[in-house]
Amino acid sequence: MLFVLCLVPALLVVADAYGIGGTLGANPIEEIQDRFGNWGLRFILIALAVTPLRQLTGRNWLLRFRRMLGLFAFFYVLMHFLAWLLLDQGLLTSAIAGEEFDWSVITEDIFERPFITIGFAALLILVALAATSTAGQRRRLGRYWQKLHNGVYLAAVLGVWHYWWQVKKDFSEPLVYALVLAVLLGYRVWHHRLQTRVGSARNSRAGLPQNH
Amino acid sequence: MLIRKPADIRSSDITPKEVFLRRRELLQAGLMAGGLALGGPAMAAILPPGRRAKLVDVAAGKFSTDETVNSYTDITTYNNYYEFGTGKSDPFENAQEFEPMPWTVKVAGHCEKTGIFDLEDFIRPYALEERIYRLRCVEAWSMVIPWVGVPLADIVRQYRPLSNAKYVVFETLLDPERMPGQRSRALHWPYVEGLTIAEAVNPLSLLAVGVYGEVLPNQNGAPMRLVVPWKYGFKSIKGIVSMTFSETRPRTTWERAAPHEYGFYANVNPEVDHPRWSQARERRIGSSVGGLQGILGAAKQETLMFNGYGEHVAHLYEGLDLRRNF
Ligand code: HEM
Repeated sequence: MLFVLCLVPALLVVADAYGIGGTLGANPIEEIQDRFGNWGLRFILIALAVTPLRQLTGRNWLLRFRRMLGLFAFFYVLMHFLAWLLLDQGLLTSAIAGEEFDWSVITEDIFERPFITIGFAALLILVALAATSTAGQRRRLGRYWQKLHNGVYLAAVLGVWHYWWQVKKDFSEPLVYALVLAVLLGYRVWHHRLQTRVGSARNSRAGLPQNH
Repeated sequence: MLIRKPADIRSSDITPKEVFLRRRELLQAGLMAGGLALGGPAMAAILPPGRRAKLVDVAAGKFSTDETVNSYTDITTYNNYYEFGTGKSDPFENAQEFEPMPWTVKVAGHCEKTGIFDLEDFIRPYALEERIYRLRCVEAWSMVIPWVGVPLADIVRQYRPLSNAKYVVFETLLDPERMPGQRSRALHWPYVEGLTIAEAVNPLSLLAVGVYGEVLPNQNGAPMRLVVPWKYGFKSIKGIVSMTFSETRPRTTWERAAPHEYGFYANVNPEVDHPRWSQARERRIGSSVGGLQGILGAAKQETLMFNGYGEHVAHLYEGLDLRRNF
């Protein structure tokens, strides 16, 4: 059920491309790329909201959805990247026309346009996280798994930064994402502090040595 | 039943607002064309919805491209006009209520004839021309637009600039009540743009009052805007309320917002990239409901130096380092 709901933004892109119920507007390629980019960022933030929600409400079943939400984040960011590569940069058009594609334009953009560089870095992180998201990988990687998956924080920061950097002047939308991310990260710092304080208080009561 | 005295009845009660506004618009069209060709409230009702009054006596102008013209919908729903919001569809959505008429233009600075002029008097002495120009946005997209307007050179000469006038400076209306985008500080208001005198009297420079043979829609800069097709779109200032002849170079709005990204000249130049993106290519705008096939039709194309108008304007910049004077 939730799975289908998460697919709605992608289905809307397809429907609008065929003029069913809506359209992609005057610049369809940019619209597709922007919609996928926005949903990628939203799903990163939604996935990051699971743990705080679970802790604050005590609804542990929420945790069941975290992996799927994270994979949807990866899916939308990947579609965003593919929209850029295949449609915006025209790889698909060249391929269909049987023309040689100039890859130097791609590498140049990725390495010389900082906002794309950090977006690409964020994508690579998400690739690594998605590839190691299965239960088997989790068991295999043991405690490294958690370390690796803390990379989602970095990906989120890079994602917001990437959005911020490509805006021409009106920062209100990336600002909203930045604030939500700040709350989600701030909560973790606060929660962590609380835990260590409670933990150390318990430890000292029990007469155990404190380790910081 | 409540019977109102005649004094209570506003004219908007008698004429539905829609029809009333449209009649004003027809009047606007007639005044601009130098004579009222269409008339009467009955005519207003037959304007197709979403379209504007037809301009009459429009001659085919010079410099028109024969490239495929963008659709009316593309031209009027995909705009950068921060006075009505920063999203591409915001101007279309937020400018519908805007009523440009009556409108005056203030002419000031180093010229013989200064004053405040009704738009009709400002525009009317000249024959309207249609010019089909390419428009290249600094954001790397482009359109082909059939403007209707008068050559800026004719208007500039009319006010007889003095020898110390080196620049022509334009300002957009400042009215946060009517232009909701001005309530946010996305840019420094009012919007200011300028040209050198030589650029202003170049035959390509146009003051547009219409598009597609019709009165300019609000989201495209009604009632009057500049069109300088060899420069990035942000130079073509909309909703112009003043024209000032200045000895010094104005601090233009985008230059002020980000001086390392947007310069005073802002000539279309595929060799000088925006610090954050390439200007070598551009996407020709075109909506499509043809699925993947339609989307793939909108491939990128090479951007041309001076947007392809080099033969008319390149001489203006001889000896100027265009890399530094971007
Ligand atoms: C975690 C990774 C990423 C996230 C969360 C992300 C998100 C976004 C968002 C939210 C936008 C703004 C959309 C809008 O204007 O409404 C955007 C724009 C953009 N992104 Fe990404 N992005 C990511 C990775 C990438 C990658 C890997 C590339 C290409 C290599 C890329 C290329 C672009 C480009 C070119 C734009 C500007 C599109 C335009 O002109 O409107 N992004 N991205």
